[in-house]
Amino acid sequence: MATAKDFMTSQKSTWCAGCGDFGIWTGLRQALAELNIEPHQASLVFDIGCCGNGANWHNAYSFHGLHGRPIPVAFAIKLANHDLKVIVITGDGGGYGEGTNHFVHSCRANVDITCIVYNNHGYSLTTGQASPTTQQGKETKSTPDGLLETPLNGLQLAITCGATFVSQAYADEVKHLKDVLKSAISHQGFSLVDVLQPCVIYNDKDIREQYKKKIYKLEDTSYKPNDKNKAYLKAGEQTKLPVGILFQEKRLSYEKQLPQISKLPLVKQKIKKVNINNLLNNFK
Amino acid sequence: MVNDSSQVFTWKIGGTAGGGQQVAGLIFTKACIRGGLYTFDSSEYPSLIRGGIVTYRVSIGEQPIFSIYKKNQLLVALTKEAFDYCLPDMTDDGVILYDSDKFKILPKDAKNRKIYPLPLKELVAQAKILPIASNIITIGTCTALLDYDLNTLNQVITDVFSKKGKKVVAMNIEAAKFGYQYAMDNLQPDEFPYSLKAKPANKVKQDTVLVTANDTISLGAVAAGCKFSVAYPMTPSSSILHNLANWAEETGMIVKHPEDEIAGINMAIGAAYAGVRSMTSTSGGGFALMNEGLSLAGITETPLVIIESQRPGPATGVPTWTEQGDLAYVAHAGHGEFIRVVLAPGDATEAFYLTTLAFNLAEKWQIPVFIMVDKYISEGRQTTEALDITKFEIERGEMVTEQELAKISQYKRYKATKSGVSPRSIPGQKGGTHVANSDDHDEFGFSIEGFTPEIRNLMVEKRAAKLDGILKELPQPQLFGPKVAKLTLIGWGSVKSPVLEALKNLKDVNYIHISAPWPLSETKIRNQLKNVKKLICIENNQTGQFANILRETTGITVDGKLNKYDGAQFFPEEVIENINKLK
Repeated sequence: MATAKDFMTSQKSTWCAGCGDFGIWTGLRQALAELNIEPHQASLVFDIGCCGNGANWHNAYSFHGLHGRPIPVAFAIKLANHDLKVIVITGDGGGYGEGTNHFVHSCRANVDITCIVYNNHGYSLTTGQASPTTQQGKETKSTPDGLLETPLNGLQLAITCGATFVSQAYADEVKHLKDVLKSAISHQGFSLVDVLQPCVIYNDKDIREQYKKKIYKLEDTSYKPNDKNKAYLKAGEQTKLPVGILFQEKRLSYEKQLPQISKLPLVKQKIKKVNINNLLNNFK
Repeated sequence: MVNDSSQVFTWKIGGTAGGGQQVAGLIFTKACIRGGLYTFDSSEYPSLIRGGIVTYRVSIGEQPIFSIYKKNQLLVALTKEAFDYCLPDMTDDGVILYDSDKFKILPKDAKNRKIYPLPLKELVAQAKILPIASNIITIGTCTALLDYDLNTLNQVITDVFSKKGKKVVAMNIEAAKFGYQYAMDNLQPDEFPYSLKAKPANKVKQDTVLVTANDTISLGAVAAGCKFSVAYPMTPSSSILHNLANWAEETGMIVKHPEDEIAGINMAIGAAYAGVRSMTSTSGGGFALMNEGLSLAGITETPLVIIESQRPGPATGVPTWTEQGDLAYVAHAGHGEFIRVVLAPGDATEAFYLTTLAFNLAEKWQIPVFIMVDKYISEGRQTTEALDITKFEIERGEMVTEQELAKISQYKRYKATKSGVSPRSIPGQKGGTHVANSDDHDEFGFSIEGFTPEIRNLMVEKRAAKLDGILKELPQPQLFGPKVAKLTLIGWGSVKSPVLEALKNLKDVNYIHISAPWPLSETKIRNQLKNVKKLICIENNQTGQFANILRETTGITVDGKLNKYDGAQFFPEEVIENINKLK
């Protein structure tokens, strides 16, 4: 049985000391180990950015792709081998900016992958520009006079686009985050875990205090994640920030609807020459 | 067939979009094939669903023919607009059948060609059929005029409409019958100047098919064990998507229509990384969106097959017409330096075998491989002999097994080897975890951080080392015609079609066909060009892109260029005319 440590490579992390990414990394490794998944049974598909650099120190079948494009890569990996647990690691820039189209359509498709958005509300690796989730009015390197747009709410977007598991977590609450990740990874269908992630360089200096004051766990309330309309409203809360599962429903996932792989994963079907005589009859 | 078995007869039908010319044309052509005749067809259509002028043209011969001809002998004009549009392309002795219930013409309107009225509305009423079947009346009439066999036509009608039910089959057979009888009673078929002669049944090859290059690319992908195909629709590549999606239940292939081409190429890469043979198909505009993904396949060394069916650009260009305008672009596309192979079939048969080769090259060398075609052969059907799956083998290249992985402490996905190829592991294999990395990386796949010239050089040179091995496996230039000639044409892709047809009527001219225009082997090319006296590069583009590549990579400068870029392919008549001027 794999331990959380088995999901680490020989490489040292290059994240800043105190980065919220460490908590997500720990939570993910623990979740995978507790779910009895071995490193070779997991495929982690990384975006570009601080979270994407993690490809080097996560031990699994890791694919460090292009900015905004991990979702289609992950989608296809799942179709090619549905025995794998496939997890996308992206940020608020890649997931909700560069790759929004893929995000939207994968929610619709309900393909069984887990999308973890490392949401620090800004671009950090590129030294502090505004992202799609940055607060309106914020002065950043790319918006020195203040950001004009209102922030995109990824949770509400996912709910309206048909995602069947939508959750929010906080990077510093590692145990709670781990439990949310376990539920997301176990969920059959598209699952979103949007993680509020403190950035020690580009967020407000007191970001951790702000989060501590605002965050509350949905499990401590009477909230039930089975009503889409209530989930939409809950996902929009800003003065207080709910963490936990906001919405979950059962809907047949994309790959479960493909008769081609109902018996055997695609990759396990031997590649050999295929007789085309029958198809040729269409052209006579 | 004008009493001469070497002659080619070209039949054309023109009307508005939605008039059924393409269905009628296909049925007429299939009836020709079932009689043992050879055909090459072509459709002209605008980028809209209703209206505009749509034509279907087919050249028919008793001997194999390689190309559509420009000049046609028999025109079926369903509208005045189509008549006006098609008239200039008729031979001087051509004849015209026109819908006399829709418009009137006089012999002088047809430049003194013979005209035959066909009152379609009246015949529809007499036959008590729906107007939608009037297209079938026209081919019934042509069958009578050309002294061809109505039973053969009826068999094809039955096969084509059988999925739509008995009523539809019966209506269309009735339509053909009325069209046939009308000609027999009113148009004196005995005096008609042309005829089509079917071969005796025992001389008709049963395995002949009527296919486009898109069809044979689809068939090649299936035959080669491709398991995953993803494509966003774009003319003229879309029929590959349609074929594969239509066959998915039978073939077990997963066929995905994604949200955009960017997702398309990234999905194709994901599936290939996960271990299945994978492809995507598009046209130039869609491929432009895929460029970053192409570069990703380059650095992650992911095997990938990309079909690029060209149409005239730039941008939306002339969407439903043809050009070979993307070769230089595809050969150089994607940022950074990495190897890709471009295969360019010249006909449907070559498209089949090159597709099977593309999957082998992609997996053996862990590179992206392109099949480049264009609207002309992507949508033009040609009679093709049986496609034979015993003529190729599947070669998946170097892959590690779990047993091998168990013996090593840490697997190097990008191990530097002499050939440049590193044996790959597949997700799910124990002991084979690694990072497939879009950052340049060390042999394990870990990102290069900071200035590490020795690792960067190692990886750049490892990837580049594949070139020698790849060049050895690419198809040789092929020579058609006499070994030595006064004038040699050189071309790539679909120009093979009109050139081979033209060679039938050209003396002292030969043709060198390049079916792998990128990368070029200087040795192979120089060897092939040893005896050439005058080298003319023929291309369906304005700048002479292959001629430029030839000079760029081998230093060889052609003696002249023949270029066409008006949206149509070369016709054999044009090749002959131009070559005779040059000789």
